[in-house]
Amino acid sequence: MNAHPGNDLIVAPDDDGIAKGALLMDVKNVSLAFGGVKAITDISFDVRKGEIRAIIGPNGAGKTSMLNVINGFYTPQTGTITFRGHARRAMKPHHAVRQGIARTFQNVALFKGMSTLDNIMAGRSVLMKRNIVWQMLWHGPALAEEIEHREKVEEIIDFLEIEHIRHTPVGKLPYGLQKRVELGRALAMEPSLLLLDEPMAGMNLEEKEDMSRFILDVNQQRGTTIALIEHDMGVVMDLSDRVVVLDYGKKIADGPPDQVKADQAVIDAYLGVSH
Amino acid sequence: MAEAHALPDTFPKYLLRNAELFGSQWAMRHKDRGIWQSWTWSQQQGEIRDFAIGLAELGCRHGDKVAIIGANRPRLYWAVCAVQSLGGIPVPVYADAVAEELSYVLSHAGVRFAVVQDQEQVDKLGSFADKLTDLVAMIYDEPRGLADYDLSALHDFADVQKMGRSAQEEDAGRAKAWEDGIRSASGDDISIMLYTSGTTGRSKGVMLKAKNAVKAAQDTVAFDRLTEKDSVLAYLPLAWVGDHYLNYAQGYVSGFTMACPESGQTVAQDLRELAPTFYFAPPRVFEGLLTSVTIRMEDASRLKRWLYRYFIEVARKHGEAILEGRNVPLGARLSYAFGNLFIYGPLKNVLGLSNIRVAYTAGEAIGSDLFSYFRSLGVNLKQLYGQTEAFLYVTCQKDGEVRSDTVGPPAPNVDIRISDDGEVQFRSPGMFSGYYLEDEKTAETMTPDGYVKTGDAGFFDTDGQLKIIDRAKDVGKLASGALFAPKYLENMLKFFPNIKEAVAYGDGHEHAAAFINIDLQAVGNWAERNNIAYASYQELAGHPLVYEMIAANVEETNRRLSKEPMMAAAQIRRFLILHKELDADDGELTRTQKVRRSYVAERYAPLIEALYDGSSEKFVETEVTYEDGRKGKIRATVKIADAPVFGAADPVREAAE
Repeated sequence: MNAHPGNDLIVAPDDDGIAKGALLMDVKNVSLAFGGVKAITDISFDVRKGEIRAIIGPNGAGKTSMLNVINGFYTPQTGTITFRGHARRAMKPHHAVRQGIARTFQNVALFKGMSTLDNIMAGRSVLMKRNIVWQMLWHGPALAEEIEHREKVEEIIDFLEIEHIRHTPVGKLPYGLQKRVELGRALAMEPSLLLLDEPMAGMNLEEKEDMSRFILDVNQQRGTTIALIEHDMGVVMDLSDRVVVLDYGKKIADGPPDQVKADQAVIDAYLGVSH
Repeated sequence: MAEAHALPDTFPKYLLRNAELFGSQWAMRHKDRGIWQSWTWSQQQGEIRDFAIGLAELGCRHGDKVAIIGANRPRLYWAVCAVQSLGGIPVPVYADAVAEELSYVLSHAGVRFAVVQDQEQVDKLGSFADKLTDLVAMIYDEPRGLADYDLSALHDFADVQKMGRSAQEEDAGRAKAWEDGIRSASGDDISIMLYTSGTTGRSKGVMLKAKNAVKAAQDTVAFDRLTEKDSVLAYLPLAWVGDHYLNYAQGYVSGFTMACPESGQTVAQDLRELAPTFYFAPPRVFEGLLTSVTIRMEDASRLKRWLYRYFIEVARKHGEAILEGRNVPLGARLSYAFGNLFIYGPLKNVLGLSNIRVAYTAGEAIGSDLFSYFRSLGVNLKQLYGQTEAFLYVTCQKDGEVRSDTVGPPAPNVDIRISDDGEVQFRSPGMFSGYYLEDEKTAETMTPDGYVKTGDAGFFDTDGQLKIIDRAKDVGKLASGALFAPKYLENMLKFFPNIKEAVAYGDGHEHAAAFINIDLQAVGNWAERNNIAYASYQELAGHPLVYEMIAANVEETNRRLSKEPMMAAAQIRRFLILHKELDADDGELTRTQKVRRSYVAERYAPLIEALYDGSSEKFVETEVTYEDGRKGKIRATVKIADAPVFGAADPVREAAE
């Protein structure tokens, strides 16, 4: 009665038995089309444990579609995704969550009327083992579990330095802080792989610097593997270990930032050479 | 009397005493992970002992200087006492000091150890490590981000405590030896070295002897009847004398509970949760509280607004009298009780002021309306006047004898005198024993007969309360020889909400005169409500109705001045409203928003001339700097208005005749 179906897959990132630098996720020959529109064509790349992997490309290159495929929101027509040794094609976002994939959204997707604390706590719900009856009784093991989860959430609040807005409804917060809360909620799932969809979008310079610092800290101190989509090239080149470049749904480059920066195909894609 | 009953003369001695007397009562609280963590006096003694012995293992000896840098956190306060227990000298430094300032202070003090809060401070010290030739080791409180650092001379606070514990395990007599060391320590040792904030030149290290520091704290603890049942929230900078005195020194002497906020940004919430009994805040904090209350009330429902206005009026009439235990009619008492139920109680609760027994404000002048507002709610707010060199208290107000325009009679056992040129000088139990390595400056600050010069001008009012009027060097004389204290006049003017800034002139002139800056928000609001159209600040400033309004404020100021014998001669006879706002970008204000009086005088010399030559208007052209750095010119014809003066004494006219 204790476990959700599928809960056996939930483990903290450090316990998933994959060594740092080893293959965490392998995307192979994935194609995705909406009717006649090809969003992604035959893309392959991998994510290694412990790295910051960036997916970049001009507008409409298929970045968010790619993230949605990894996330299980879209099912690709062809290709496979192997995550932590399990290959899969069709699945739902909640399966992805149970496998240890968490994400943030380009447009903040928080519960605006709820406090920071409750929003982050919501991120823990997938890890809660007691069923709804226990939780409603709010007693014994359910209470002990709640306390344990609350402690983890407080760790995240401390980590992201948002103590002062713990009880503030998220809708009242400035945008930069909302992004931070969203990151907090994703972290609360203790993901093996954290997907960030344009974490710096719409931020001013100072907020960007803060966010970069937090992304690096998440990666270095919590050991979380991160795959991020970002427009801001400066940020991407400074943060990430390896970069995949997409253009018109195709992969045009893949490698360390310096190599990608010098790649002629990438320069053409960004400067807009006629196709 | 047996020696055991003598009062302790160092703070570590008080630690031992408190652990014995109040062992199971809270000494320290800190909000961490959203929960208030608490340590009793005996737990606190354990924490301090482990750290002190660990520090001794690292090589800290009697007389060593130890820098303490960071926010208000339990471990940093424990470090202060641990260093003192070894006979070392803690040197708290402002956490927000830039590397250059920090480098000066730390190398001047010759610190051998530094206990710092986090990576930020470690990095800052690291940037000038080559200058810190005496530094042996750095100890940090928060390990976050420090994992990759070279750890040879860098220690985690917890690890130092661990070293202390294993030293105690190896040698069973170690803890006892530590306590014996404390008991045999001399009160003549330097207890702490506090660096002045350095607004007027280089920071100076103010040395305070243990027995003096303890004596001062004993006096004020007795004065305000503080006991182990009291509590405070320590939220002011750790390196500031006020925090060290009010929270640390008074805390050890009385045994009360000190709480540290979760972070600098949560102070208001933490205050509300704790509701301490003793509270200190500078006037601007109270002003901020009142502003936020006023704004929130404007958004409240009609009924609530009406209730608020009605009961605040009741409080205004009777609140202070009730607080001071004076005679108040029964009906008024009843209304006040209802007000307390509906308004004052909930309001104080939200502000975290429910349990306040004693609150102080100091540092700058406080407006009488603001001061009365909090007192009328039943908050026992008082004023004090102090200095680092005095280990804070020079004067403080007694319960029931409180006024907004004075700072009170001399604190217990403090001698104050006013020198011939009007400067306040004092001798006090907590008096400093000199600036570190700067005997020359020490000699400059002391009088030959052992008084400390404050650099402030003041006088005793008829009821024996000290009134501080200005910095001594700014005080001048009118042509008649009467006292002229510009800041005193400016403060009086600035308490009117319509006046944002004022600059008073009169030194060497026949009468006092003033430049006035209107407050665009307040006056703009007023203009809107009265259908007065204006296109620019300049136009509003020159509006005849605005002149009328400001003239009424100046008249009221003069009326108040006329009632003060020392100040009556300095009533403002002529004033003008400046056509532009004084601005730091133009050099008219300092970056901390203080008026640079002589620079303004130079810049607007034609206007000053006009104030004294009787003309009714004057054309001026002023260069201004825009935000993007471009320069421009503002031209205006500024009107000069006369203001009525009051009182029989009129030395100016006599001088003219």
